[in-house]
Amino acid sequence: MRTLLSVLLIGVPVMLILTLVGVSQGFMQDSRQRTRGVGADIIVRPSNSSFTSGGTSSIPEGYVAKLAEVPHVKQAIGVATALAGKLFNAIIGIDYPAFQQMSGGFTFIEGDAAHVFQQPGDLVVDTSYAAEQHPKLHVGSRLQILNRTWRVTGVVETGKLGHVFASLPDLQKYTGTEGKISQIYLKLDTPANTDAVLADLKNRLPEYSIFSVQEWIDLTSVDQIPAVGIFVNVIIGIGIFTGLFVVSLSMYMAVLQRTREIGILKSLGATKGFVMSLILCEAGFMGIGGTIAGIALSFGSRAALLQFVPASLPQAIVPEWWPKVLLIALGSALLGALYPGMIAVRQDPIEALSYE
Amino acid sequence: MNNGAIIHIRDLRKVYHTGKVSVEALRGVNLEVPKGEFLSVVGPSGSGKSTLFHIVGGLTPPTSGEVVVGGINVADVSDAKRTELRRTQVSFVFQKFNLLPNLSARDNIRTALHIAGRPMDHFEKDLRDVLELLGIASRLDHRPSEMSGGEQQRVAIARALATKPAILLADEPTGNLDSANSLAVLNLLRDLNKRIGQTILMITHNAEAADFGDRIVHMRDGQIVEIPAAA
Repeated sequence: MRTLLSVLLIGVPVMLILTLVGVSQGFMQDSRQRTRGVGADIIVRPSNSSFTSGGTSSIPEGYVAKLAEVPHVKQAIGVATALAGKLFNAIIGIDYPAFQQMSGGFTFIEGDAAHVFQQPGDLVVDTSYAAEQHPKLHVGSRLQILNRTWRVTGVVETGKLGHVFASLPDLQKYTGTEGKISQIYLKLDTPANTDAVLADLKNRLPEYSIFSVQEWIDLTSVDQIPAVGIFVNVIIGIGIFTGLFVVSLSMYMAVLQRTREIGILKSLGATKGFVMSLILCEAGFMGIGGTIAGIALSFGSRAALLQFVPASLPQAIVPEWWPKVLLIALGSALLGALYPGMIAVRQDPIEALSYE
Repeated sequence: MNNGAIIHIRDLRKVYHTGKVSVEALRGVNLEVPKGEFLSVVGPSGSGKSTLFHIVGGLTPPTSGEVVVGGINVADVSDAKRTELRRTQVSFVFQKFNLLPNLSARDNIRTALHIAGRPMDHFEKDLRDVLELLGIASRLDHRPSEMSGGEQQRVAIARALATKPAILLADEPTGNLDSANSLAVLNLLRDLNKRIGQTILMITHNAEAADFGDRIVHMRDGQIVEIPAAA
């Protein structure tokens, strides 16, 4: 029972590490998937836009038509972004017919393309966002964002650009950014021309950040957000400390409980190294067990996040981190077992044998 | 050291310090135990017989004197060397059996073999005679909690003999047994001594048990008060 409890206690920080890393990576994977879903080849953003937001609406909308004239550009669309006030979600303003042409359009779960964005305040949400709200959103649901009551006119499959969409003119008007957009997506006649068009655009628009979609996707990683790295390290530190403390306490209890058994082993001629190896071996198994428990718990945390905040905190399962958490758990378990192990090897066999 | 003595003790003294109080547990003990002898050491509580047992078994060092066991002077050696003595020269049978409670009888024996660095694969074949003599061949898969006191003690004897020690040290081996099991265990020890020439040093306060030995040594107040000559 003591061992099982210790394994579970080691499993908790392991789960925390895996969950945090998983959420970071899940968020990025989700972002990459949605960027790909637009179907564009090049993205134009304000140079001062942040990595995690869609950027401020500071690009003159007239640039969309101008960029559509650039050689090899087949289509250009502009989108506006307004933070929806909850975690990283934003309302994306789109010109739906143009967006449909570039991306292939939404796959509607509820509603249809003919009945979206008919009135100011009409929204389309994806299934993740709809599931995240309480009560769950359906066509006809009303919700309060940016101090305005919006009406859901469509629920679509997730995976294209964002989670919440409004009509571009409506969002621009409501946020007071008429004539401004935050990003321009360009589709080329063929992706083979991407490098040439990029070079051309960088000459024409030196004050903007211009990326191929592939470059942008490559940049979409946890490494680009320094705070996440620091946070992960803090959680790893907590994990090591917790594992060390839990195992040390558990093994200390084990040594006390097994005083007589240690005495028996010593009477049989067990060396100090042998006794220490037994303690470390048990601690090692605790570390391995804790890692397995933590990995299992991370599936539980993923299921919980998927249930309650699928759009805001998508958690990826990160098998590449399993060896790392195994090393962390093993290291802290073995370190934590050293002191109790020293107590065990120093035990006087006569006193140990008379221990009741 | 006398020829043929497997245990040679000369002027053995042991003083325990508890805070500012010093207790002299052994006060100049002299003893020779020939190889193959079954020696009983009797005496009341506090006579020093358990201390003598612990020193001969290498569980604690003497304060002074000479104690040669199986060729090793335990008075002069390190803790590691005394550990080696326990691993290679002596084995213990305790009053409280001292089996590892979570292991089966078989695994208790295998643990002793593992610690001694002896091969474990064929121990049942190697120990067939002993296991049959002890009557536990069919009980090897049972844990101590599933066995009677007599069976546990017989497993403890099997474990002690598995490593083929030069000396078997038994500390009140019948102290926790009823009279029938006590008699059985004492007869076993006697048989082992006669059949395989096992040297046995048995500590007891029970005069009837002591009679199973070839020789009985009496202790009182940390000294041997009566010591018949070795045969």
